[in-house]
Amino acid sequence: MTHIKNLLSAGDVDRDFAIHLLDVAEGMSDVNDREIKKLPTLRGKTVVNLFFEDSTRTRISFELAAKRLSADVINFSAKGSSVSKGESLKDTAQTLEAMGADAVVIRHHASGAANVLAHSGWIQGAIVNAGDGTHEHPTQALLDAFTMRKRIHGNASSGKGLDGVKVAITGDVLHSRVARSNLLLLNTLGAEVHFVAPPTLLPANPANFNATLHYSLDQVIDIEKPDVVMMLRVQTERMTASYFPSEREYARIWGLNSDRLVRLKDTALVMHPGPMNRGLEIDAVSADSPRSTVLEQVANGVSVRMAVLFTLLSGERA
Amino acid sequence: MSARTVLSSDDIDRAVTRIAHEILEANTALQKSGTKNLVILGIPTRGVLLAERIAAVIARTEPDADISNILGRLDITMYRDDLASNPTRNVTETSIPAQGIEDKVVVLVDDVLFSGRTIRAALDALNDYGRPRAVRLAVLVDRGHRELPIRADFVGKNLPTAREERIRVQLAEADGQNSVVIES
Repeated sequence: MTHIKNLLSAGDVDRDFAIHLLDVAEGMSDVNDREIKKLPTLRGKTVVNLFFEDSTRTRISFELAAKRLSADVINFSAKGSSVSKGESLKDTAQTLEAMGADAVVIRHHASGAANVLAHSGWIQGAIVNAGDGTHEHPTQALLDAFTMRKRIHGNASSGKGLDGVKVAITGDVLHSRVARSNLLLLNTLGAEVHFVAPPTLLPANPANFNATLHYSLDQVIDIEKPDVVMMLRVQTERMTASYFPSEREYARIWGLNSDRLVRLKDTALVMHPGPMNRGLEIDAVSADSPRSTVLEQVANGVSVRMAVLFTLLSGERA
Repeated sequence: MSARTVLSSDDIDRAVTRIAHEILEANTALQKSGTKNLVILGIPTRGVLLAERIAAVIARTEPDADISNILGRLDITMYRDDLASNPTRNVTETSIPAQGIEDKVVVLVDDVLFSGRTIRAALDALNDYGRPRAVRLAVLVDRGHRELPIRADFVGKNLPTAREERIRVQLAEADGQNSVVIES
């Protein structure tokens, strides 16, 4: 098991460490069920949420996770800060360092921003990537894996991977950092990954990805019979060209609807990282069905992020 | 390195049986409700095993006792005061009996009482689950060298040791054999 100093990519964690993180998260989820939802573990530590991009659930989730561990939390969003006056990432980072941040959770619209922060020497604290451009979102992958493991193995989850679980990641793979991080982590944990998308929304050189590619959601549902269908958000804000003819056509061919929902196998899960475009990649019946884990994913996100902050911030930092 | 066995398997059994009876006796003196308001919490790893053994003795002597409502475990990793300087430890599950600890007599069980810091952490952890009527401490071995004003109510064996010596408690459930060994 290799311990890591920063969490930048889902590819940084080996199998043992990933399972260790999920097991720690299991312990953390007990805390979220009890009356006093607070642990003294990170008392006196400061966690900065550095968000250059809009976010609801990730920022709140990290904030809650840090607060449940008694850390002090500073929320920094680009809007309303000196960044809007033109301050660079370097100056912002060094300012935070001077104020003594023990961990920086960063979300940035540029791919690789977390990496720059971690390897530039501007900041000594731990760096957690909370989404960088179209690159990675490792804590989302961890919480998705946690959610699958919990649904599949129930209370006997501890110590287990996701061996043999067949996951169909469907939709805007091209722009999705969630898909990239999930692919890496799911492979590490032994799951089998399928990407389903229109050809325009698949990466240019798919040979680099250890996943099977499909263009038809219907075929995947009927032939592959996946254990998990993960719908991705159509990221219109990142789309610079016309990737599909119309929203209605996309919904008809690649959206999850009640017709496709009933053809899934009995135990199959429906996942979505949120925020959902209801009626586009997922319809209301699917999103609100008992198979859907959307709200569990949100709840588990807090436990997983507690585990990440705890693991990165306790122990001696070299 | 020399190793000396100070408690044999039989010694451990006798100590556990005596501790169980002492717990019952003290509990009866304090409250008339018998084992109903008693909660026994083991501290991982070996405290949990000892707590199970104590509960088994209680089940034998008090047939009315509902063990599932008495026995639990309390993980204290997140409450330690040395997290910053030591490598991370595994967090394990905490399970408090369904009746909770509010107004109960809680007996904490651990294998070795040394600095007292584990018990301090356990007391902090209990705080977050409720307000017990009283908290007692049962340990298999008290080896001295306390760093905090904490003492055990039920002790298997008092074992004067030098600070550098190591006490190794082995229990069959985890280690394949029962013994307490001093290594120096």
